[in-house]
Amino acid sequence: MKFLKAHTPDEAVRLFGQHPEAIPLAGATDAMVAWNVGRLNGKIILDLSAIDEWKTIQILRNSLKIGSLVTHAEIQRHPVIRKKFSLLAQASSQIGSTQVQNRGTIGGNIANASPAGDTFPPLAVYNALIHTVSFRGPRVLAFLDVFAWVKKTRLHPSELIEAVEIPYPSPVPKRWMFRKVGTRSAMIISKTVAAGLLWMNKDATVNKLRFALGSVAPTVKRLKTAEAFVAGKRLTPDVVEHACRIMADDISPIDDIRSTAEYRLQVSQNLLRSFLKF
Amino acid sequence: MVVKFVVNSKKRAYKGPPFKRLIDVLRDDFGLTGTKEGCGEGECGACTVLIDGQPVNSCLVPVGQVENCKVETVESLGSSAELHILQKAFLEEGSAQCGFCTPGMLMTSLAWIRNGGSDKSQEIREYLAGNLCRCTGYQHIINAVIGAVREYKKAKARRKGLFLPSPRVSGERAG
Repeated sequence: MKFLKAHTPDEAVRLFGQHPEAIPLAGATDAMVAWNVGRLNGKIILDLSAIDEWKTIQILRNSLKIGSLVTHAEIQRHPVIRKKFSLLAQASSQIGSTQVQNRGTIGGNIANASPAGDTFPPLAVYNALIHTVSFRGPRVLAFLDVFAWVKKTRLHPSELIEAVEIPYPSPVPKRWMFRKVGTRSAMIISKTVAAGLLWMNKDATVNKLRFALGSVAPTVKRLKTAEAFVAGKRLTPDVVEHACRIMADDISPIDDIRSTAEYRLQVSQNLLRSFLKF
Repeated sequence: MVVKFVVNSKKRAYKGPPFKRLIDVLRDDFGLTGTKEGCGEGECGACTVLIDGQPVNSCLVPVGQVENCKVETVESLGSSAELHILQKAFLEEGSAQCGFCTPGMLMTSLAWIRNGGSDKSQEIREYLAGNLCRCTGYQHIINAVIGAVREYKKAKARRKGLFLPSPRVSGERAG
C-alpha cells in the first residue's frame, strides 16, 4: 500500500490529480475496518486528516459552511448548529459511538455514500450544498445530487469534498424531527432514519413539508410525492393517512440482515404519521 | 515513515509503515499492553485511548494520522500505590469481572469526567455506549463513574480552595 499525505488543500488537489485511483482518507473509521480485513491491500491512500483549512465551521450571513473534516463530535457541540440545525446536531450525536464521533467527519460520511448515513436525512431536508475541489476547479452540487447508488457518488475522479453549506431555514419551521431506528443505541446501522421540517400557513394548512428517509432505498430519499400532496392541505387524519400510503412510491426498502422491507416501510410510515399528527 | 507523537507525556518516535494500527504500535512497538483489542472493528471500545483528550478506538486509527498528537493510555492513570479516582471507584464498586473491557471503560470515563460530564446515569450510559462489557451488566460500572464524577468535582473544588459543605447528619451537634 502507498500512503500519501496532504497538508494543504492545494497539495491534496495536486496529489489526487496525479493519483485519481487513490482512496481519500478522513477520519478512517470505515477505511480501517476495510484495511484490517485486507481490502485495501495494494491500494493508494490519500490522507487528508492534516488539512486544517477543512476543519473549520464558518458562520456566513445566510448559511453555515462546515468544513469536510469537521468531526461529528465538533458538529454536535457547535452552538449555532445546535440552535439552528438541531436535526444535524442530533444525527451527529447518534452516529456510531463517542469514539467514532471523535474521528468520523461529515465529509467522510458523505463520500462514503452509505444508504444508511445518519447525517443524510437532515442534510437533505436542510437543502445542503456540497462544495468540491479538483484540478478542474471548484464545483457546487445539491446534496441529493451527490449520490448515485449504494456506496457510489457522482463525484468526478480526483474530486474532493471541501465543505458542506447549509442555508438557515427561513422562516423558522413550525415543527422538526429527527429519528433513528436501530437495534442497539451505539454503533448500530439504522433500519430506518428520518428527518422532517414542517412550515404551516396561518389558516392551519401546510405551507411546506420536507421529509427525508435513509436506509430505505439505495440512496437517501426525499418524499417528493407526499411533500407535494400535503402542501396547501389541512392535516386531517385522512390527509395524513394518504400521505403515509403514497410514501411507498418514493422509497424501495429491502430485506437484509438488519431488517425486513415490510418492517422498514411500516416504521417509516409510523414516523411520518407521528410527525404530521398534532 | 517516521511519526513523532507524545504517549503518556513521553515523546515517542515510531518508524515503520504508516498504516499500522495505533493499538499495535502501542502494544508491540512501545510495550504498552494495557490497551486491549476486542473486536478490531470499532464496535466494542476495549481499545479506547485518548487522542488530544478525546476517546477514540485505537484499532481504527492508522499511526500515520497521530503525528504531533498527545496520546493517553490506561498506563497514564494511577499506580498501584496511588490509584486514580476512577480506578479506586471501579475497585470499590466491583466494576470489573474478567477485566478485559476495563482499560477502555476507564479511558472513556476519564474523558467524561475531565470534560465536565455530569453524574446523571442516563448521560453516562450514552457516553459509554461504545464500550461493551459482557460480564457486569454495566450497573457497577455506571455506579463507579457516578462516584468518580462526584469525587473529581470535589477534588477540583478543593484544589481551587473552594469550600464545599459536607452533608450534615441530622441530629449532629457541634461539640
